[in-house]
Amino acid sequence: MIPPAFDYAAPKTLNEAVALLGQNPEAKILAGGHSLVPMMRYRLATPALLIDINRIEGLSYIREEDIWLKIGAMTREAEIDESELIRMKYPLLADTARMIADPVVQNLATIGGNIAHADPANDHPATLLAYGAQVLAVGPKADRAIPITDFFKGAFETALAHDEVLTEIRIPRHKAGSGGCYLKVERKVGDYATAAVAAQVRLDAKGICEYVGLGLTNVGLTPIKAAAAEAALRGKAPSDDAIRAAAGLAAEAAQPTADLRGSEDYKRSLVKTLTVRALRQAVARAKGG
Amino acid sequence: MMSTHHIKVNVNGQTHEADVESRLLLVHFIREVLNFTGTHIGCDSSSCGACTVMLNGRNVKSCTLFAVQADGGEVMTVEGLAQDGKLHPIQEGFHQEHGLQCGFCTPGMMISAVALLKKNPNPTEEEIRWGLSGNLCRCTGYVNIVKAVQYAAEKMKSES
Repeated sequence: MIPPAFDYAAPKTLNEAVALLGQNPEAKILAGGHSLVPMMRYRLATPALLIDINRIEGLSYIREEDIWLKIGAMTREAEIDESELIRMKYPLLADTARMIADPVVQNLATIGGNIAHADPANDHPATLLAYGAQVLAVGPKADRAIPITDFFKGAFETALAHDEVLTEIRIPRHKAGSGGCYLKVERKVGDYATAAVAAQVRLDAKGICEYVGLGLTNVGLTPIKAAAAEAALRGKAPSDDAIRAAAGLAAEAAQPTADLRGSEDYKRSLVKTLTVRALRQAVARAKGG
Repeated sequence: MMSTHHIKVNVNGQTHEADVESRLLLVHFIREVLNFTGTHIGCDSSSCGACTVMLNGRNVKSCTLFAVQADGGEVMTVEGLAQDGKLHPIQEGFHQEHGLQCGFCTPGMMISAVALLKKNPNPTEEEIRWGLSGNLCRCTGYVNIVKAVQYAAEKMKSES
């Protein structure tokens, strides 16, 4: 199917993109396009104007700076997958990028698009919740940093104003004793998660969890931060009992609905099992470096 | 900001110019404007990979990209694989190992295989299966496709 007609602009600067958004209430930003273009073809999205930000320089980078790992919004999933820095120090993010769609889609799909699209089935949102990340929004006035916990307002709804563009993702910089893991059950490569869990931990010198982050994918209208589960494990040694107790609370935090991928009970049970496994792996990685 | 655009795209080594609507998808540009019909349309929703082409050195699904986005870029389709009448090692591999039955997925499969071998000239079977996991084949069960890629990897190594 061919989408209905629309206008297209490919500005060279972020300021132009923001101005175009401001002038056109029916405009949408085009990043990797692998969610938006299919939605346009199915008439689920009918923007009057597409503002293609692929030709704006300086939106694709991966670098550690002050207290953050900063990733440009137009960084492709394949570039995250190929990054040595991310593979070595941010295994949760490396796992996540690799699980998104398939390797061909990963060549165009962007991390910024994955966040800004706010599909509850997308994978990066849960991971950013587990990390305690921020995103940077650029609009007509001052730039603003938005904590990821304030970003997702509903299915496909975010804290971005219409004339703001998400330009950067900021993940707390790696500290010694940290590790993470993303585990996803999907029916086949490229499918959305039946359920997925992002886990990030940091152990102190005595092996006690001083940080625990848990994010859940596609078991609610938004990605879910399993705060009670995080709190239950924080300050404790990550024993099997403690991990299982946290996983039980993560399953309680899930709000799945039954669909072709499974019943509510099945998905809740998946969350529990995946949380146990993801936490175990996160702890193993934290101990390994 | 317009609904039609004049674009210049290098396809298989030759520059092509055309006026296109914003909504013209790259796959339709390749097939219907330029008549390179080796690139197929399968699922129409970026799942199956039948429409895979190289764009600026990476394999992409051309059904999920507008032609105007490729303006100034370089595309290679299956028609660009053979050089001077000589089959590309991946084409030879699909031929030798019988890596196809109906052939519908084959052009996209070969483009993804070429992209994989460019990134990883010496892939394991698992890496081949992962590298091709965005391209679906409904006939072969992938066994001979994997063999075809292994054949091409060997051939390319011996040639270089």
